[in-house]
Amino acid sequence: MHDVLVAAQQAGELKAGLQSIGAGIAYGAAAIGPGIGIGIVVGNAITAMARQPEMAGQVRTTMFLGIAFTEALALFGFVLFFLAKS
Amino acid sequence: MFAAFTFPPIDELFRWKDIAFNDSGYGINKTSLLVFISSALILLIFIGGSRKMKLIPSGVQNVLELTYDFVDRGITRDVIGNDATRYTPFLGSLFLFILFLNFWEIIPGIQFPPTSRFAIPLFLSLMVYVLYWFLGFKHNGIKYLTGHLFPAGVPKALYLLVTPIELVQILVVRPFSLAVRLLANMMAGHILLTALALLTSYTLTNAPIITIGPFLLNIGVTGFELLVGFLQAYIFTLLTAVYIADSLHPEH
Repeated sequence: MHDVLVAAQQAGELKAGLQSIGAGIAYGAAAIGPGIGIGIVVGNAITAMARQPEMAGQVRTTMFLGIAFTEALALFGFVLFFLAKS
Repeated sequence: MFAAFTFPPIDELFRWKDIAFNDSGYGINKTSLLVFISSALILLIFIGGSRKMKLIPSGVQNVLELTYDFVDRGITRDVIGNDATRYTPFLGSLFLFILFLNFWEIIPGIQFPPTSRFAIPLFLSLMVYVLYWFLGFKHNGIKYLTGHLFPAGVPKALYLLVTPIELVQILVVRPFSLAVRLLANMMAGHILLTALALLTSYTLTNAPIITIGPFLLNIGVTGFELLVGFLQAYIFTLLTAVYIADSLHPEH
């Protein structure tokens, strides 16, 4: 009887631990793509601004839009982190 | 040895107890109180500031005109078009409301952004959702939907792939990502600030030599959150304008 209780407790701890590991991996993986993507967006926006400074305002607005769309994926991962952990 | 450093469970950071009308379903807690205060503040500042308007603005009127001009020129005219100034009041109130809610995150003594509870971003994004569907059908009829689902210039066979993706995009992904973007940014900022503050107080009692590290970092991150709060309000409004523009002239 006691053994069964200990085993059940250990299984619960194992589950919680695995959930935490899974959540960590999920967020880490979700951050890779958007990280590269935002780098590309901002880098190209800087190139565009340097080439045509008179277009800087419009480029900046579009850059923020691009960042917002790219960033959304990383943020889904962030929310998933909390969903997977609980 | 040092006492173990424990981070409180996430509920403790975001779930506040009711302070009035407890358990009636209409309970008021810190989150809703801050929402009421922000709306009252915006109303007060704008009604008070525009009471005695002068041709040459000064003081508060200057700031108000600057704000209106920022939304009108930077968002409405830039994204929707020069003939769309009638959307500026809506976009402006949206921008200011989110801005004020976000800035509670770094006000000392309060330090909690109400936008980090899902109800508020979700409500705002559902409002935008209803608005752009309504505008789309009002201005373009059923062509608003078909233009999205069957984009011109795509080979017929590809519709099999494109149509479901576009359907999910405009039905689910758009409002959801609009809400989650604001929520996750403010939530992450709040957690980060809490962690740094706890770390400062922990090192102060256990390892006073390195306290200056997390303390300075905390101040730096607070400044960064000022930027994030503004940027998220701006991006939310900008995307709302993009969706409205898409409803008005879907061809580009």
